[in-house]
Amino acid sequence: MTESILKVSAVSAGYGGEDVLRDVSIEVHRGTIAAVIGPNGSGKSTLLKVIYGLVPAREGRVVLLDRDGRERDLRNLRPHQITALGINMVPQIANVFPEMSVLENLEIGALPIRDRLPRQLEAVLAALPLLRPMLGKRAATLSGGQRQMLAVGRALMSDPLLLILDEPSAGLAPMVQDEVFAKIRSINALGVSVLMVEQRARQCLAIANFGYVLEQGRNRLQGAAAALLADPEVVSLYLGVRRMPTLLKR
Amino acid sequence: MLLEVRDLDKSFGGVAAVAGASFGVAEGSITALIGPNGAGKTTVFNLVSGFIRPDRGTVRFAGRDIAGARGDAVARAGLVRAFQAPRVLTRMSVLDNMMLGAKDQPGERLGMSWIAPRRVARREREIHARALEMLELIRLSKLAGDYAGTLSGGQRKLLELGRALMSQPRMILLDEPMAGIAPVLGEQLLQHIQDLRARQMTVCVIEHDMDVVMSIADRVIVMDEGRVIAEGTPDEVQRDERVIEAYLGRLGAGDAASASSVAP
Repeated sequence: MTESILKVSAVSAGYGGEDVLRDVSIEVHRGTIAAVIGPNGSGKSTLLKVIYGLVPAREGRVVLLDRDGRERDLRNLRPHQITALGINMVPQIANVFPEMSVLENLEIGALPIRDRLPRQLEAVLAALPLLRPMLGKRAATLSGGQRQMLAVGRALMSDPLLLILDEPSAGLAPMVQDEVFAKIRSINALGVSVLMVEQRARQCLAIANFGYVLEQGRNRLQGAAAALLADPEVVSLYLGVRRMPTLLKR
Repeated sequence: MLLEVRDLDKSFGGVAAVAGASFGVAEGSITALIGPNGAGKTTVFNLVSGFIRPDRGTVRFAGRDIAGARGDAVARAGLVRAFQAPRVLTRMSVLDNMMLGAKDQPGERLGMSWIAPRRVARREREIHARALEMLELIRLSKLAGDYAGTLSGGQRKLLELGRALMSQPRMILLDEPMAGIAPVLGEQLLQHIQDLRARQMTVCVIEHDMDVVMSIADRVIVMDEGRVIAEGTPDEVQRDERVIEAYLGRLGAGDAASASSVAP
């Protein structure tokens, strides 16, 4: 296997007093798509926020292998510093500026690499050709799928090594979901490593190389995406198991 | 069926939150309403309990049409709800919060305290006694005199359950009772829910903790995208491919991928 571009080791984190993530470890290998899945409340989004500097890790390490092959500890860095090191994240909601044009949204994404803007814009439009005819449109007028693609495009404008996606299929019609997943795969084929969190676990695993299943803030299962796709335990993690804890017995 | 919902529709600004939902809840059962985020579960609760009016469809409770009826009328008919985020009156005592939940309070009308002071006082005593009894049951007696604002999240959930029970309803709607509650209180809450069934009360519960759902529910109704996609015993719905698809997505979608792009 290739080297790890991102290594999250034994991270605990949360909001206020209680830890939402407990002792969670994941890795993303260079050039691959890693998927983090798990039922509601399993800590997936919190994990992304820890990596991107939005929620501090109380314990553990988050290390990025930067463009020069150096290990960079991401803890205590702010999101814009993390972006400058080569990670960009597409949040689940409010990921475009609705009152700005598509072009302005893209240009804002290029802040960390201002001097290379024109070249990067061309590269992003080549990867996401659907954005080209709508550059002058206000982002508010885009459909849900187009908006999601614009958000991805904006993140790509910083020329990231690693693209982080928080539920890219959320709120999209089934056909559009498929197109978004396909696009993620083609972006990955351009050499961008991807870490994504998804509710649509099976569609997500279908395009991923490796997967992690979280449950209640802990690592529960991990393996090749294809193996997880076939694992009945994944289904029971989502749909529950019938059990009778002592207090449930009368 | 104690509660029968037929062809319920509700849209918000052109987005259909509930689109033709139909289901029934049998008297004396614990029925779970589940489904992925955004399936329309809480909207169904809001529609059934009279917090919002349906665009279309019927809701029958104990044989009466209650679709579009106001929340207080629905509650008087014997159908009450508890919220996902407990709504307690923080600057009233725990006991007063409980007493608010009772029906038939003549003291609420100013005139009655002049016309029939004894009747008002008698009813007040009854309600007071029942509130104390109920606090005993939910193990909050020690806190009866404290401001409700001093309770923990889990205790507030218990208080809300207790207050809902003050009106002696036939059926209770619980929206994510286990969310954000400490394990010990959670087990206590589960215990209460099962006690309700033992006392012939009907419980309909939205819950994300699937182990809880599969462990306590008699029937499970599964919603996705505003519709009921499956209904059955816990074992039946767990094996249902439509349910698995709703939660885990479709199989083989990645293959449909390849060359397509998001068309403008």
